[in-house]
Amino acid sequence: MLTIKRYVRPQTLEEAYTLCQKRANVVLGGMLWLKMQDRTVDTAIDLCDLGLDTIEETPEAFRIGAMVPLRTLEQHPGLAALTHGAMARSVEHIVGVQFRNLATVGGSLYGRFGFSDVLTLLLALDAVVELHHGGAVPLADYAAAPYERDILTHVVIPKQPGAVAYQSQRNISTDFPVLTCAVALRADGVRCAVGARPMKARLYQGDPALLAGGITPESAAAFAVSIAAEAAFGSNSRAGADYRRAICKVLVRRALLACKEDA
Amino acid sequence: MAELKTVGKPARKKDAMNLLLGKPAFVEDVTPRDCLVVKILRSPHAHALIRSINTDIAMKVPGMVAIYTYKDVPNKRFTTAGQTYPEPSPHDRLILDQRVRFVGDAVAILAGETEKAVRKAMKLIKVDYEVLPAVLDPHTAKDNPVLVHPEDNWEALCPVGADNQRNLCASETCADGDVETVLADCDVVIDHVWHTKPCQQAMMETFRTYTEIDPFGRLHVISSTQIVFHVRRILALALDIPKSKIHVEKPRIGGGFGAKQSVVAEIYPAFVTWKTGRPARLVYTRQECQIAGSPRHEMEVHVRLGADNSGKIRALDVFTLSNTGAYSEHGPTTVGLSGHKSIPLYTGGLEAFRFGYDVVYTNVQAAGAYRGYGATQGIFAVESAVNELADRLGVDPVKLREQNMVRQGMTMPAYYNEPANACALDRCMARCKEIFDWDAKFPVRDMGNGKVRAAGVAMAMQGSGISGVDVGSATVKLSDDGFYNLTIGAADMGTGCDTILAQMVAECMDCDLDNVAVFGADSDASPYDSGSYASSTTYVTGKAVEKACTQLKEQLCALAADALGCEPGDVEFAGKAVRCLDGRGEISLADLAVKSQCANTTAVQATASHSSPISPPPFMVGMAEIELDKETGSVTVLDYKAVVDCGTPVNPNLARIQTEGGIVQGIGMALFEDVTYDAKGRIIEDSLMQYKIPTRLDMGHLQVEFESSYEPTGPFGAKSIGEIVINTPSPAIAQAVFRATGLWFRELPITPEKILMGLQAKGK
Amino acid sequence: MEIQLKLNGRPVQASVEADTLLIDFVRAHGCASVKRGCETANCGLCTVLLDGKPVLSCSVLAARAAGHEVQTLEGLQQEAQEFVAFIADQGAEQCGFCNPGYVMNTIALLRENPDPTDDEIRAYLAGNLCRCSGYEGQLRGIRAFLNARNGKEGK
Repeated sequence: MLTIKRYVRPQTLEEAYTLCQKRANVVLGGMLWLKMQDRTVDTAIDLCDLGLDTIEETPEAFRIGAMVPLRTLEQHPGLAALTHGAMARSVEHIVGVQFRNLATVGGSLYGRFGFSDVLTLLLALDAVVELHHGGAVPLADYAAAPYERDILTHVVIPKQPGAVAYQSQRNISTDFPVLTCAVALRADGVRCAVGARPMKARLYQGDPALLAGGITPESAAAFAVSIAAEAAFGSNSRAGADYRRAICKVLVRRALLACKEDA
Repeated sequence: MAELKTVGKPARKKDAMNLLLGKPAFVEDVTPRDCLVVKILRSPHAHALIRSINTDIAMKVPGMVAIYTYKDVPNKRFTTAGQTYPEPSPHDRLILDQRVRFVGDAVAILAGETEKAVRKAMKLIKVDYEVLPAVLDPHTAKDNPVLVHPEDNWEALCPVGADNQRNLCASETCADGDVETVLADCDVVIDHVWHTKPCQQAMMETFRTYTEIDPFGRLHVISSTQIVFHVRRILALALDIPKSKIHVEKPRIGGGFGAKQSVVAEIYPAFVTWKTGRPARLVYTRQECQIAGSPRHEMEVHVRLGADNSGKIRALDVFTLSNTGAYSEHGPTTVGLSGHKSIPLYTGGLEAFRFGYDVVYTNVQAAGAYRGYGATQGIFAVESAVNELADRLGVDPVKLREQNMVRQGMTMPAYYNEPANACALDRCMARCKEIFDWDAKFPVRDMGNGKVRAAGVAMAMQGSGISGVDVGSATVKLSDDGFYNLTIGAADMGTGCDTILAQMVAECMDCDLDNVAVFGADSDASPYDSGSYASSTTYVTGKAVEKACTQLKEQLCALAADALGCEPGDVEFAGKAVRCLDGRGEISLADLAVKSQCANTTAVQATASHSSPISPPPFMVGMAEIELDKETGSVTVLDYKAVVDCGTPVNPNLARIQTEGGIVQGIGMALFEDVTYDAKGRIIEDSLMQYKIPTRLDMGHLQVEFESSYEPTGPFGAKSIGEIVINTPSPAIAQAVFRATGLWFRELPITPEKILMGLQAKGK
Repeated sequence: MEIQLKLNGRPVQASVEADTLLIDFVRAHGCASVKRGCETANCGLCTVLLDGKPVLSCSVLAARAAGHEVQTLEGLQQEAQEFVAFIADQGAEQCGFCNPGYVMNTIALLRENPDPTDDEIRAYLAGNLCRCSGYEGQLRGIRAFLNARNGKEGK
């Protein structure tokens, strides 16, 4: 059971930053995962007064506040256009509307959860997180780094042209994914992220040469095999590593072909 | 027969609007907030003896009121199975025992002023365990040197073949004809083992009970239970106090499905209240529900089915290994249904059958009663075997069933030689085939992109109450203005029996449904009823309602005759009034009610009880269409159609919802709901995050119809509906998966991983 | 700590612990319709509206709701009454324990999307578990309500 001794709403980011330097203190996101933990928190730091719940659009990017709920990402027309619908597809299976109204993008990324659909997609979208003290950090680096004592304030999704597709496999509709996969076709090549392996999502190169002649059913399948060969998979109660490797080939191929159809 | 006015009509449930509008109705809503919070410290070990237990530090937490250990409880064994006494389930429990028998078994009872205090104290109890080897595999349980119940005061009250020195909770074999000889003579024998898991009822309201001492010094228990009378008896036995000292009632129940046919939570707050004299409440967490509840018995069902090449099913040999877990609850009885409610479906040309079973004790969560009660497991096996036979013979599984199914008028040797008085199974099959469009959907269809569509079918039966055991009772009373009070001991757990039984009163008394007020269930106020389980309430208690109404009408006629100055034989009951047969006068019900309350010596309250020597089976056919992704193994249920023969559907709306709800639970069992253990016997699926029940995105489209037979021994021709409805999805979906993949899955749930890895292994 | 919020239209001032959950807060303030069905944010029984949006009150601190508006079914009886009668006509309430949660979420759905398709209804209510009804009757009830309302509007 979660025990919290003190609850504060910092009025400045610096105040929040100072509070979060103490090990026994914790920053609240949507609280969905935090609540299930059996731990004692000295001070719960709620960022809700810091204006981090909006999505700003600039000519170059969408800058998303850390406290923006997943449901807002799901319904945002600009993000829908940029991601060709993949943004909604990546979160629509997460438990339910009420859950997604609480779960925040900041909490999802900070947690670096193995099951994170959001992390998978944002990796493929070449997102950058902004930390109050740490500044801008590419999401791929952030996801691989240990938990920091800093305030994640925003995630920035650059407006890069090109098709995007998202695929996930679940044993039952609103469950944790057994595997997630996001593919973005960019000017400099294919960005492919695979998550819920069950380890957290990361980007894989695959063998880009296989796609040099364009995306065809055959080349997509071959590229997917190269991704599955490169990625590491593990087992948990939802599926074994062999199954994950097998469907990785399917999801990557399908995502590529969906991108092609979309392009 | 006169046309029915209320029975057979889709009346709204009497409590529907208040439930939908969230009015206070459940245990936690209607009992005082200010009471002791009770929680249970649970064992981390599958099998251990408590060497020592120190509660001193824990008791120092401010707000702690009491902590009880095995040293504080009576040393009299009992069972928590809500069954008629003497229970077939052996008496093998203490409130707290020095020996803990599964991960989650109760070690100490804590009571304190606040939840926080109790949680804190729980962490401060020091227990020194002598960890013992555990029996975790049901296959090796029988005659294992490790005994789950070595104690001297273990006791089996009924001859169920139990032997605690062999880890046997029950064992039996019965037969008709020479099954080995017939099997040896068969052209085809299907011989496999089917395995089902200890699925959870997962009712939305977890177990919960409030207890207090009433002004008479009695223990007043308000609990979410299907069985108020059994709770009274079991509590008295467990606490070693007189039954007269206990009063049990149930408010609205947030779902039961059999879970609340065991005394899972009641004992702990009852013990606290009896010891401290203070009101107390225990609300199970979902995790406790999942690890220390009363799930379905895990079973392995070995079927040998013999047939000739023409498709005639000649012999069925069924052996079930059932895992009752650490305690006996419902172990000896659930297993019986795995054979007795599956084999009789093929009474048609069956020449011989044999049915045997072992029910073993192991060091896992004790099982209990879950909708279907063993029939679900047996029907998965036998129906799958029949589907495998159809494939082996290359015949349509619908035709194969039409050739062999039980039909009205047959006597069913495997069902205690009961006659099929009312059986529309043949019509159910014909109608289901039509609405499902079986001939178009049974062929496998390739949808492209790795996806195929396929279909499967299954039949099912169940019982209607426990023959020769269950007692249903009803009291019907005339009240002011001529309305009726109906008082019952059966428990409406959301199913709608309060409304259904009131519909019967309205029909018998020729009045509006609104003119009947229902009360129940309360061990002090209600007439005795075994409780709501075994699909008994409509059939057994319903008949009691009919009888009570007949008696009440006689009383009303007597009272009216007195008022009208004639003989009771000269008047007739006419709904709103009692009138003279010669037309010379009448007295309205309202006036009769007034008369009954002034200088009256004729009771206008009738109580009747009913018990049935037979348990007429409802029958059902279910057909599933799935889409299977051969590249990922995913199964999507597209369409599920079912046709049910529950005799007369007393309330077609409620019968339909029962069916739809049961089908979705069955889909969950077939595809999603798994129970696995780590090496130490701890259940992995201990929350709704890990134990996945279907959402509304996981069940496709349902369509339910009824093909009614008329059961002569039931009220208005009714049989049961509550349990049968969960039985068809597992075998029907397993067959559809086979059609799509060429692979038979004989263990549930059938997950995408099992399918894909199976396909890959087959491809090699 | 002291908090102030609006509960079903009424200002409430109360003293809470830092870790008091909104579900326990509203139940202590007379809103017994809000139910707990799990500890893992999976069942949807505890759904309330926070500033008009459906959320799981088991996963919100009462302290976080301070300064905001919370609505439970107790405060939305009239809005609910309109359509739940159609669910009652299907018998789809069954045990009733999950009802307040999905009724609240249906209110949110119909405010956001007054004329949803069946698939939109299923998707929006996916986070509301029900073990009794098999869901189909709930859908029939909502559909019957929409048809009746649209028919009336059509005239």
